Amino acid sequence: MTTFLQATVAGLSLASIYMLLALGFVIIYKSMQVLSFAHPAIMLFAAYMVSWMAIDKQLNFWLALALGVVAAGVMGWLAERVAVRPMIGKPLFAIAILTIGLDIAIRTPVNNLIGVNIRSVGDPWGFGTLQLGDVVIQHRSIAMVVTAFIVGSLLFAFFRFSRVGLAMRATAIDQEVALAQGISVGRIFSLAWIMAGGMAALAGTFASSDLSGLTQSTYIVALKALPAIVVGGLDSIGGAVVGALIIGLAEAYTATYQSQYLGFLGGNFSQVVPYLVLLIVLLIKPYGLFGTEEVERV
Amino acid sequence: MLEVANLEVVYHDVILVLRGISFQLPEGKIVALLGANGAGKTTVLRAITGLLDIQNGDITKGEISVDGKTITKARPSEIVSRGVTQVLEGRRVFGEFTVEENLRVGAHTSKGDTEAHAMRVYDLFPLLKERRKSLAGYLSGGEQQMLAIGRAMMSDPKYLLLDEPSLGLAPLLVQQIRDIIVEINEQGTGVLLVEQNANMALSISEHGYIMETGKIVMDKPSAELMRDEDVQEFYLGLHAGGGERKSFRDVKHYKRRKRWLS
Ligand SMILES: Nc1ncnc2c1ncn2[C@@H]1O[C@H](COP(=O)(O)OP(=O)(O)O)[C@@H](O)[C@H]1O
Ligand SMILES: [Mg+2]
Repeated sequence: MTTFLQATVAGLSLASIYMLLALGFVIIYKSMQVLSFAHPAIMLFAAYMVSWMAIDKQLNFWLALALGVVAAGVMGWLAERVAVRPMIGKPLFAIAILTIGLDIAIRTPVNNLIGVNIRSVGDPWGFGTLQLGDVVIQHRSIAMVVTAFIVGSLLFAFFRFSRVGLAMRATAIDQEVALAQGISVGRIFSLAWIMAGGMAALAGTFASSDLSGLTQSTYIVALKALPAIVVGGLDSIGGAVVGALIIGLAEAYTATYQSQYLGFLGGNFSQVVPYLVLLIVLLIKPYGLFGTEEVERV
Repeated sequence: MLEVANLEVVYHDVILVLRGISFQLPEGKIVALLGANGAGKTTVLRAITGLLDIQNGDITKGEISVDGKTITKARPSEIVSRGVTQVLEGRRVFGEFTVEENLRVGAHTSKGDTEAHAMRVYDLFPLLKERRKSLAGYLSGGEQQMLAIGRAMMSDPKYLLLDEPSLGLAPLLVQQIRDIIVEINEQGTGVLLVEQNANMALSISEHGYIMETGKIVMDKPSAELMRDEDVQEFYLGLHAGGGERKSFRDVKHYKRRKRWLS
């Protein structure tokens, strides 16, 4: 039982990171039907910015994190405004390729900056833990789960109650009607990328706050959030949350139990699990658990 | 006054759809724009409200102005702010939003007095008030049309453009919509009523324009249009004998007066 709870805590921590990333993917997808493959690069960029400010510039971590969120928001805004916006109306396939190009364009210089050493983001959690019965919970896990919960709730309230949030939802459903009612659809696009960037910054910082730190391959975390949104359905906010939970928990349980029961699958099998879950869900429900059927896949 | 002068519109850079359209909607009046399917009525509205862009259409000539100021090629949000709002053809309510949320989307550009606008819409459509918490997707066709009109009214327009509001509605509902349009107009809003249902449109409008393949082929006070034999035959469904419905242009004995306003 303790092992199970321990694995659950690990799974929820992972799910928090995936959720912050998945929500960004989905918000962008909903607003402009573009799957942004530049998301991993924006996340990596933000994590580097936080690390640079907190370690190299000795800034207070929280201030560095806040500035990192802003920097990623600006990066997202720029990417959309400069590269993606002019492509609107072109085939979705072409836009998807373009975002892959963007990913490379952003990630290459960031990789050079990160270098080959493991960097720290200067987070205050370190190895601090909390003992709950027999279960050991890292402070870091608590911070991640709490943040994900707060961000999720804020987003929910934003989409539900605010004027702009409602306009974003309206734009996602029917762009022409949104325009006809005076909504600036272009601004909605910008906002989507800014929000996604900000959340990616949180995810990137969390992902770099564990033992493995920030390296060039930290971006892979964002690739594992992709199965989460496909599982949930590309265009569903709630689906992104559920998808992230499924993927995060599946990965953690596998990491805990697989060596015991299915040892022959090798040491890092849990890394493959997100894609395995993705495959299984798509075989059963081709549009994801909560997706809209006519959504075009890229 | 909402004024369209010599408007020419092209889709995809090559398909010429409007060939010099001119008409006027005076403040506080109802004006009808009639024409068969494909005449270009919707295109006229798109040109006015800045919605050509996403259809890959372009204004290649002409001028559109509200109260003397040009809005040709302005952004849709700016046009709404200038007091011109369109109700798109086919209702297009947000089915997964509540009635109330649909109205809130309509109030996107209005600063502050959303409540007052909502009260006015609920006065016009008591039914929407009753059902304000239900999902718009569950409303009937007529109710959805009312919601679409109510949503547009939330921006408190000075000029309301309606694209075939009677389309697909039973006669009784058409009556209701007609009464609502009259009431909205009596409260001071100018209405451009685009219709294929000429009967309804002419019965409440002051002036009517008849469009055919991208041109205005006739314009007269609505009362005169109602009495016009050719209009009766081709647009009011009163033609005897059936057979092929000829083009308005083919009517030989009709002394067409081309009164271009440009
Ligand atoms: N987005 C578009 N792209 C190309 N052609 C269009 C488009 N929309 C309308 N058309 C064409 O323009 C003409 C006028 O259409 P429309 O304005 O919808 O007429 P109406 O509203 O009177 O039925 C039609 O021939 C139609 O095929
Ligand atoms: Mg039409």
